[in-house]
Amino acid sequence: MAGKSYVTIKGIKEGLVFLLDDQCEFVTLLDELNTKLDKHEQQFTGPIVHIFIKLGSRQVEEEDKERIRSILRRQGNLLIQSIESDPPAIDPNVKLAPSLHTMTGIIRSGQTVEYSGHLLLLGDVNPGGTIKCSGDVFILGALRGAVHAGTEGNVDAIIAASLMKPTQLRIADIISRPPDEWTSAEPWMEYAFLRDGTMAIDKMTSLNRQRKEVMQFKGV
Amino acid sequence: MGEAIVVTSGKGGVGKTTTSANLGTALAIMGKKVCMVDTDIGLRNLDVVMGLENRIIYDLIDVAEGRCRVNQALIKDKRFDELYMLPAAQTKDKNDITPDQVRQIIESLKPDFDYIIIDCPAGIEQGFRNAIAGATQAIVVTTPENAAVRDADRVIGLLEKSHFPSPKLIINRIRPNMMKNGDMLEIEDICQVLAIDLIGIVPDDEYVIKAANSGEPTVMNVNSKAAIAYRNIARRILGETVPLSQLEEKSGMFRKVKKFLGMG
Repeated sequence: MAGKSYVTIKGIKEGLVFLLDDQCEFVTLLDELNTKLDKHEQQFTGPIVHIFIKLGSRQVEEEDKERIRSILRRQGNLLIQSIESDPPAIDPNVKLAPSLHTMTGIIRSGQTVEYSGHLLLLGDVNPGGTIKCSGDVFILGALRGAVHAGTEGNVDAIIAASLMKPTQLRIADIISRPPDEWTSAEPWMEYAFLRDGTMAIDKMTSLNRQRKEVMQFKGV
Repeated sequence: MGEAIVVTSGKGGVGKTTTSANLGTALAIMGKKVCMVDTDIGLRNLDVVMGLENRIIYDLIDVAEGRCRVNQALIKDKRFDELYMLPAAQTKDKNDITPDQVRQIIESLKPDFDYIIIDCPAGIEQGFRNAIAGATQAIVVTTPENAAVRDADRVIGLLEKSHFPSPKLIINRIRPNMMKNGDMLEIEDICQVLAIDLIGIVPDDEYVIKAANSGEPTVMNVNSKAAIAYRNIARRILGETVPLSQLEEKSGMFRKVKKFLGMG
């Protein structure tokens, strides 16, 4: 076996730990496991040895676990105690598609909420209260304070509120000061977005024209 | 064990001291044993409004620093046997006492009184933290002005953070005519923004100024509209269900009728 070894065997008090590489092909791994066991055949005879198998970040199906077991079973004295993978690590891609975080309560004067991702607030933002968010902000309630969406420069971020009466809105680095620039007291839900670099307000139903997300409807 | 209620507002000049004096007196009129505590150290006013300035011997700082017992510093009101006040020091400032010291003093008063009304200074700094330290309930006073409502909102946020689960709201200095004409913030709008329980509304009444200058709390005068409002608030503190005072009741009814007829 040239280069890196994919199977590392470590002795611990309770028995042996098999550290299996989590980057290589699964087949390669099984091959090497076979080779290793053949090579050390003598060492694997005698009293019963407890085996703990660690797969690293590799997530495997039950079927594949069975394949590992069947290889080890060739050695009569090896008793498999566990086959474990690390809990799924946080995928770096998650950052690209931030999750929606839900918050309940009133953001009062002097209080600031900062969040990385999209934020859904069930409650009001009072004058003097601030939300800063790297993604979109949705407020089921009255927006009377200040909101900054797309803080990390996302010009496609939006700010939606049941009652749109903010003291200030910011999307990316664009600042808008109602009511000097625009007013709204519409009884329906509205959202603010950037149209050619300036703040615009529209009713919620117009959002899909802007985002053009494909929605899959079930049913007839 | 008595209940300690802090009267606060954030903004100055909205009527914290007047409210404290009148609620304290109103509760005493209703037969409760009341102690009013002025925590506005350096700018004490409660004694002036109550007309008890000339009776001060010891003050809050003297008690905190152990120069006297709390009973020695209490001033008995000249009108009621069951009404006392603990004055603030005038020569010190807010940093000369700590929240823990105030809490201890309030705790030592609780066994002897039904209600302890704590008059809070304006602001949200040390003085505010001192005032709320010993209290278990809070009353936020505001007036129908944007600035006052903004500050009340800030204070409510701080109170909620300091584990006051449900502060109560008093809207002070209401001018019914201005409100009717839309020149003043509406009660409903204020309540919508602040989103806490309204415990009373007090009309703007010239008599309040006159009473404060003569050292007689307004509630003593049964002809004053503000006096009725304060008495109603005191009854609500005692747990009675009292409808909002007349100016509100009338306009409220009127509005309901208008709404019913489709004019509102």
